Amino acid sequence: MLFTDTQSQTRRTLTATGRLLRRLHLDGPLLAALAAVVAFGLFVLYSATGENVGQWLNQLERLALALAALVALAQVPPPWLRRISPLLYGIGIVLLVAVAVHGSVGNGAQRWLDLKIVRFQPSEIMKLAVPMMCAWYLHERPLPPSLRDVLVVLILILVPSLLIAKQPDLGTALLVASAGILVLFLAGMSALVIVLGVTAIGAAVPVAWHFMHDYQRQRVLTFIDPSTDPLGAGYHSIQSQIAIGSGGIFGKGWMNGSQAQLEFLPERSTDFIFAVIGEELGLLGQTFLIVLYLIVIGRALYMASEAQNTYARLVCGSFALTFFVYVFVNTGMVSGILPVVGVPLPLVSYGGTAMVTLLASFGVLMSLNRHRKLVGA
Amino acid sequence: MRRAVRIKDHWGEQRLFTGRTLFAGIATALLLMVVIGRLFVLQVMRHEYYADLSQGNRVRLEPLPPDRGLIYDSNGTVIAENTPAYQLELTPEQVPDVPDTLQRLAAIGMIDADQVPALTRLVRGGRKFEAIPLRLSLSDADMASFSVHQYTFPGVEIQTRLARWYPFGNEGVHALGYVAAISEDDLQHIDRDQYAGSALIGKIGLESAYEAQLHGTAGHRQVLVNAQGRRVERLGTTPVHLETLPPRAGNDIFLGLDMRVQHVAEEALAGKRGAVVAIQPETGDIVALASVPTYDPNKFTRGISSREYAVLRDDIDRPLFNRALRGTYPPGSTIKPMMALAGLEYAVIDPNASRPCHGYYTLPGSTHHYRDWKKEGHGSVDMRHAIATSCDVYFYGLAEILGIDRVHDSLATLGFGKATGVDVGGERAGLLPSQAWKMQTYKQQWYPGDTVIVGIGQGYLLVTPIQLAHAAAVIAARGRSFQPRLVTAIRDAVTGRVAKLPPVAETPLELKDPGMWDIVVQGMEMVTEAGGTAVAATRGAPYRIAAKTGTAQVFSIGQNEKYNASQVSERLRDHALFIAFAPADAPKLAIAVLVENGGHGGSVAAPIARRIFDAYLLGKYDVDTPAPPPALPATPPPAPAPSPAVTEH
Repeated sequence: MLFTDTQSQTRRTLTATGRLLRRLHLDGPLLAALAAVVAFGLFVLYSATGENVGQWLNQLERLALALAALVALAQVPPPWLRRISPLLYGIGIVLLVAVAVHGSVGNGAQRWLDLKIVRFQPSEIMKLAVPMMCAWYLHERPLPPSLRDVLVVLILILVPSLLIAKQPDLGTALLVASAGILVLFLAGMSALVIVLGVTAIGAAVPVAWHFMHDYQRQRVLTFIDPSTDPLGAGYHSIQSQIAIGSGGIFGKGWMNGSQAQLEFLPERSTDFIFAVIGEELGLLGQTFLIVLYLIVIGRALYMASEAQNTYARLVCGSFALTFFVYVFVNTGMVSGILPVVGVPLPLVSYGGTAMVTLLASFGVLMSLNRHRKLVGA
Repeated sequence: MRRAVRIKDHWGEQRLFTGRTLFAGIATALLLMVVIGRLFVLQVMRHEYYADLSQGNRVRLEPLPPDRGLIYDSNGTVIAENTPAYQLELTPEQVPDVPDTLQRLAAIGMIDADQVPALTRLVRGGRKFEAIPLRLSLSDADMASFSVHQYTFPGVEIQTRLARWYPFGNEGVHALGYVAAISEDDLQHIDRDQYAGSALIGKIGLESAYEAQLHGTAGHRQVLVNAQGRRVERLGTTPVHLETLPPRAGNDIFLGLDMRVQHVAEEALAGKRGAVVAIQPETGDIVALASVPTYDPNKFTRGISSREYAVLRDDIDRPLFNRALRGTYPPGSTIKPMMALAGLEYAVIDPNASRPCHGYYTLPGSTHHYRDWKKEGHGSVDMRHAIATSCDVYFYGLAEILGIDRVHDSLATLGFGKATGVDVGGERAGLLPSQAWKMQTYKQQWYPGDTVIVGIGQGYLLVTPIQLAHAAAVIAARGRSFQPRLVTAIRDAVTGRVAKLPPVAETPLELKDPGMWDIVVQGMEMVTEAGGTAVAATRGAPYRIAAKTGTAQVFSIGQNEKYNASQVSERLRDHALFIAFAPADAPKLAIAVLVENGGHGGSVAAPIARRIFDAYLLGKYDVDTPAPPPALPATPPPAPAPSPAVTEH
């Protein structure tokens, strides 16, 4: 009897949690997967900052803010989100121009807008605004998009991307552009156009090279052969591969990675934190995290496919795949199969507004998905 | 219009989207598999390679320099030790403005103003967190004056380190040598690993010759460093196991040198230019080895300034020159006992037969007069008296009878013409001429006249003071010969065991009739008896001295000119020489004395030897003890010298 009692009690508890989640328009599995990633990230970050409790608490603070943004955005009714998309995009463009005119210089690049109260990185808004704007534009139109629509959307993508690339922040520009292009891809842009586009990009490489900053060129060059500049631009890549490779299958143990703890590994708590995981927790730790990421992406894609209208589908799908782009570009860069581009490891890297933006995007995703039944009713 | 016709196909769009999503999902999974594959390559397939690189990154070897071995004299007194020295060091990262700091240090006299540019470069070239020595040794006054200003010099500190210290200063420097900063040249032929943490290396003398024993073996310790190369104590949570190989201190060496005797020798030579070598005939142990003038080796260990070095180098008396080992001089009449031995060895002369001396010697078929120092001649002298009175004519004749090649071979057995092999470097071989040598060197044949003057230690023959001392020791030991040596024992730094080194015996000089040794020794004893050339200096000694004086000509005088010491430049005056051993019947010490441009061997060099004998045999180390009252000049005034021969007493 006792056994049955306990079982029913458990079921009741679960149902209560489920009810709460439903009332808050939150998706349980996705939230659980995100929580797992975040927890793993906090665990690693403590070691990667060199036991810097202050930084760790900062991260926790930002996490709370990001979580609040997630929950808050999840409450917004989907039609509102769609309606404010052009407004958000417009504000984003204005702010980007403002930064270009007079932004404060942080980390050697002009990215921040100082609003006295908060220092603010407008390019982060664009990570949400660009796919939302693209989806807004395509929402009413028949899909797959016509060539004219594709060109309009491409312009919507290129303007903010170029403004961000000019700051210069190649990583964010890449993420913003890919978020928009993923919308086009999900909208069913024909394979022919994609092939043509890729060819055009190929042709544009020499042109892009011409406009690149020296540090960007150097990164491309040292990506091709890091050993040409072992103490300069190739240093990041070499030290990161040493860290990962020396970790082996099981790693050197949490807080015992010599590359990370003795600071041979640059940007160990930010862009290169994946190398710290490889060094201290080994192949197993890295694979574990990648599997968690796959669960997040898979769940988000599933939710996107369940979404009820074009706007919701496109935005959700784009957010899910942009999250993948983060993961792939960062892990690819840290493990030496992609050039060094300033893209953080999502939800794990220390700092930045990236954490807030990412969880905000998942808030939007949940809103678009979990209001379905209400809309249906 | 066509666009207006197109309407949204919701089911079609849903299908299209689902297809794209599925495609994207598969692509996502595949691309992340690529990343995992890459990680597999790094962490499994190339793990060893990267593990090595990581290890090399974090562990550095820090050298641990060994303590240099000490040097003791025969009484167990330390004559080279390691003492703490204070050095001024600057740590660049703690200094706000390096050029300004150096300027101000120069202003308060802590460093030379003209060194500032070089020091600035040195500081710039080093690592930010490693202290750079600005000055090697500070006096108490420097320390005091810096202490007052220290608060105005952040990042500049006084540090203690071990430096070499020679408590006797100048005394014995030509035997000991010194250590000094390792130079570019040194780096060419040393094992750099062994000197990684050392600043000093033996440059000359025993410090250089026994470098391998004294230096020891460098140790090292593994230290954990971070990416900036700064030393860190721990890595993450766990203490790291790091290995330390302690250094092995250098071995201590013990000398036969007796610093009390050495002191007497240097005091006796003070103010002159010359050398003394005193050897125990039974072992070859060197009891005193002096070359004067001297210099203070401590200047070198503490970083000699170029100004100070220039003073030493340019001194006309050449204090850096080791006369005992490297000075080559005509032996003058000190060669006569050795010539007598040659005659006895080849049995070409009856030592008891008297030969006439009329004041000069002529070769058959020649009118050239080889003059005796005593114009009127010695009358008729046998070998003993020829040695005692230093009769030139007797030895002209003997040399002529022997011929140069037999003279060469016999003197070679006594160690002339080659390095004695003393265990300190830099020795010169001198010159022992022969027919072959002259043909090879000058492409000229040997003339009988060349042989005649070699008989009295002139001509081509050149010897070093240590060769003379060695030869005197061989005569004292009646033919038994030991290689001269300074080091008699070595103490292992680890076990503490003292290994006594056995004397190095050389081929003995054997006479056909061993009884003949007495004749030469008696002749040398008669030198210190009434009528001998060194009677004044040896008067009153409670032991018997066997000796031979020598006065070697530096300057050639024409056949009919008179040598007048007062008219000849001081630097061209004769060298005074003296060889001796005592007690004559059971010799304990053999000595060679050389005084450059000193004049007469009997009056200048012999008293020096007497004081050394008194110190060694009687324990009279007090150099202030008045020398025996000067006796009436037992030696005749300078005699006219035949050219190219010699004057002699």
